[in-house]
Amino acid sequence: MNVRALALLLCLWPLTLAAQGFSGLGSQAGDAFANPVCGTVLTFPRDHGPHPDYRIEWWYLTANLRGADGTDYGLQWTLFRSALRPGEDTGWASPQIWFGHAAITTPDRHFATERFARGGIGQAGVTADPFDAWIDEWHLSGTDFDRLDLVAQGPDFAYDMALTAQGPLVFHGDNGFSVKSEQGQASYYYSQPFYRIEGTLTLPHGDVAVTGTAWLDREWSSQPLSEDQSGWDWFSLSFDDGTKMMGFQLRQTDGSAFGSGTWIEADGTTHAFADEAMTATPLATSAVAGREIPTRWRVTLPERGVDVTVEALNTQAWMGLTVPYWEGPVRISGSHGGVGYLEMTGYE
Amino acid sequence: MMRACLGALVSHWRRNPVQLFAYLAGLALATALWSGVQAINSEARNSYDAAAATLSEGQYDQLVARSGGAIPLATYVALRRSGWMVSPMIEAEVRGVRLIGVDPLTTPVSFGVGDTGAAPELDHLFANAATARRLAGVAPVTVQETVGPNMAIGDIGLVQRLSGAAGLTRLFVLPDQPVTRPALQDVAPGLALQPSGQQADIGQLTDSFHLNLTAFGLLSFAVGLFIVHSTIGLAFEQRRGMIRTLRSIGVPLRGLVVLITAEMLFLALVGAALGVVLGYVIAALLLPDVAATLRGLYGAEVSGTLQLRAEWWLSGLALALLGTAAALAGRIWQVARMPVLASARPRAWVMATAARFRVQSAGAVALLAVAGVLFAVGDGLLAAFALLGCLLIGAALALPALAAMVLSGLQHRARGPVAMWFWADTRQQLPGLSLALMALLLAVSANIGVSTMVSSFRLTFVAFLDQRLAPELFVRVGSKNESAALRQLLDARGLEVLPLMSTSTRVAGQPVQVYGIEVGPTYRENWAFVDAGADMWDRVQAGAAAVVNEQLARRANLWVGDRVTLSPDLALPIAGVVGDYGNPLGQVVVAAPVYATLYPDDYPGQFGIRTSTPDALRRAIMDSVGLPDSAIIDQAEIKALSLGVFERTFTVTAVLNVLTLGVAGFAILMSLLTLADLRVPQLAPVWALGLTRRTLGRLELARAVALAGIVFVCALPLGLALAWVLLSRVNVAAFGWQLPMFLFPADYGWLGAYALVAAALAAAWPAWRLMRTPPARLLKVFAHER
Repeated sequence: MNVRALALLLCLWPLTLAAQGFSGLGSQAGDAFANPVCGTVLTFPRDHGPHPDYRIEWWYLTANLRGADGTDYGLQWTLFRSALRPGEDTGWASPQIWFGHAAITTPDRHFATERFARGGIGQAGVTADPFDAWIDEWHLSGTDFDRLDLVAQGPDFAYDMALTAQGPLVFHGDNGFSVKSEQGQASYYYSQPFYRIEGTLTLPHGDVAVTGTAWLDREWSSQPLSEDQSGWDWFSLSFDDGTKMMGFQLRQTDGSAFGSGTWIEADGTTHAFADEAMTATPLATSAVAGREIPTRWRVTLPERGVDVTVEALNTQAWMGLTVPYWEGPVRISGSHGGVGYLEMTGYE
Repeated sequence: MMRACLGALVSHWRRNPVQLFAYLAGLALATALWSGVQAINSEARNSYDAAAATLSEGQYDQLVARSGGAIPLATYVALRRSGWMVSPMIEAEVRGVRLIGVDPLTTPVSFGVGDTGAAPELDHLFANAATARRLAGVAPVTVQETVGPNMAIGDIGLVQRLSGAAGLTRLFVLPDQPVTRPALQDVAPGLALQPSGQQADIGQLTDSFHLNLTAFGLLSFAVGLFIVHSTIGLAFEQRRGMIRTLRSIGVPLRGLVVLITAEMLFLALVGAALGVVLGYVIAALLLPDVAATLRGLYGAEVSGTLQLRAEWWLSGLALALLGTAAALAGRIWQVARMPVLASARPRAWVMATAARFRVQSAGAVALLAVAGVLFAVGDGLLAAFALLGCLLIGAALALPALAAMVLSGLQHRARGPVAMWFWADTRQQLPGLSLALMALLLAVSANIGVSTMVSSFRLTFVAFLDQRLAPELFVRVGSKNESAALRQLLDARGLEVLPLMSTSTRVAGQPVQVYGIEVGPTYRENWAFVDAGADMWDRVQAGAAAVVNEQLARRANLWVGDRVTLSPDLALPIAGVVGDYGNPLGQVVVAAPVYATLYPDDYPGQFGIRTSTPDALRRAIMDSVGLPDSAIIDQAEIKALSLGVFERTFTVTAVLNVLTLGVAGFAILMSLLTLADLRVPQLAPVWALGLTRRTLGRLELARAVALAGIVFVCALPLGLALAWVLLSRVNVAAFGWQLPMFLFPADYGWLGAYALVAAALAAAWPAWRLMRTPPARLLKVFAHER
């Protein structure tokens, strides 16, 4: 994609993700878009499908993998939906725009690629039952949400994986109503963090058979950030004892942060924790794509006895795509051991 | 002091306004045609560049429907969903504007938009200001001058809505493709891949057309410079006395040289500036026709409005000044070397010695010899043009000596003193008129050459159109089902059907189109061959031979009897080489069964139909097969369209012909006018012997016509040689086809008449002035006898 087309493309998005940075996510949604309401009961399989009346939505899968030789890998597969206006239309008239990101992280390499598609013509989309999320030849699909096939490829890598859910869906915030700011910005947010995943990574030096765990996030909203928020640090941590933790902090332009998260028991029981319960402090930064990005963190959640160091498997897990951000697998040490994924946006 | 000097120098022009006019007009004409042609060329080139930049055409591989029709949206989605990274494009025409619809999310193509800083919108088209005005009311248009002429770009959804296009026109294949993807045949068998290198480059196609224009411009420029050269020579000769006087009274040589140079260059600048203005007018008048020609012949869009671009008006000015400086340098050198006390007697500068003719003739012989060598061994476009150049300049240089010989012969055959004096006096004037006569020779021969070429091309092309467009209806189908249904319908009616299958591929390293045909009476009766073996069509029909077009035959050096390799398993002998004047690409024609073994999945996408009731059949096809009206083409329309294009080309050629002839006529006029004063001492004795001024004037007129006649006689063979080189050398090198040469004696006759009339008109005023010369002035000649 050349720069001029890109410029046009970016202007297409009311979202203006890259044009204004991630802070753009905080721009006011048009009145026409729906907004999340606390107390809404999510129903399935319907809500695995798209919600075209909301401005943005994603199906976001990350996985921590290990090869037969003990090498750790990370994998990402994301399908984004962004609406120019609410609702759906057929053919080129559809206001829905889809884009997909796929990546593999090895200890010393990071592969990332992206796809774009118009809604309405069948090039990309999601159906809830049977579940099928696709863009071009990439897909995450199966007869139901518990058994999925995952395929993606780029010019220099590919993967073909099978996922099996080992636990229930997990709802963040108040039964899936996740507050993102003190002003009340919110999204619908649930996850399936209990996938077992296995399959094959195709890398430049050959195919690698891998197994591991995967975490799928589902989120949709029309205005997830408030206008004074510039980006976020998001952690999904799977501890060796079977417990899991999702925590994020939304950085404010004044230097403060708004945090929130969910503690997940091994059986899927959830406990939402409030702002200021979790701390996340950068311990070290790395030079990545011409900027300094924290790649070693101290994360604490005192109410659960968590005080861990979270360190990137590969500090250079930079998604240098149309909308650039950092996303990669992490190792956990300290009060708990384990693996997880870290996503950081809005670092200029 | 300098002021006084300048005043003295300028007084010369005041006393000789005609000379001043000749100087300025010569430069203006030279610059006008040159910069006019350059303006057209640069406008065209800028248009091509803008279009190329807008579309990145030729930069990416493309997928197109084999049938030549639209690509279904479902095929695009199927390709994307199988891992083919392609991006769709719709091309349509609305109000004569080429609308380009792309998907901004996937397109690799630079829009030429997006630099505005303002947020573009999906429901806006982008176009330059001129195109935007034409699209008023169609859709909101954002003006973006970088978008190519006569085209507008917008979101694919918008363009589809505006044009009602049913499918996609083509798919760009993106440079980055994923690790694995299936073969194109498995996903979209109806599509063919056009590698980027095989897409015709508009710039290349139109090169020869622009070369022709440039040649015209250069010719006119040369003729104009003749005028300038002779005027400068005359002005210096006449000012010798003044220069000597100025030197004698103490004007330093250096100052004088600087003054004269500055004066002449200033005047040259004025003349050239006038020429640029005139050139702009010529170009602006011609551009619409040129644009129509280029669009019709090559499908190239050229802006119909002219912009003042530095590249042509600066080059025109610079060339004019350089030409003047070159003509000036020799004269200045003479002034610098002239002894202060040299005789001020105005040497009749025109009285060139026989030595000058000898030098010229030697140059002519050398150039014609080079032309002979080039004729024998030259190859390629450059050699062809070098041959043209040598031929033209050599012939021009040879003209004075040749004319002198002819006149000398005529003088010996003349009866009576007046006739003898007439021829002798004509010969005596030859040196002074030689430049103007050379200009006339070049103009007339260029006229003959170019019009012979264009007319030959027209005859051949019309015959070719008749041959190729023999079927009355031409139908394009979009699917295999439609193809079968149409065939059924036509067979049921017992009509002669010419189904056509075609695929782009490479043969013998050349990009070619392979056609599968069913040999029928239409082919047997209509096709004209450059070369053909015995039982040609029978062998092709039996699948035992192939036909290639002349372009492929020449480029790959494959002729009748040679084998052409169509696939690793199939090489067929060539049974015939067919003349093809419709496209620049190579073609191989084989029988349908042979084609089917090469491309088993293909089906006839186009049909030629012989029918005596095209209108009724057209309705029947639309009703029973369900084809849209736009899929059925009446061949008469195509023929009319193609011939219309030619008429436009003729208009351009004719205008340039008239202009060059006009410039040559002007050169004669100026030479005669400048000679007129010098002639008085020569005419006075004849007058004194009893010839009336009226008779003298008539003889002057007759002289100009006689000289023009001699020039025309010389120009005829030269023009025909020129035409031959253009048809048999330049065309072959530029297009890959040789055209048969036809002669047009009536046209030449008219041209000769025009040349004589032009010469007579040019001589009319000088002759009239001569008739009105006061006897006192003629008498003074004897009083002033030195």
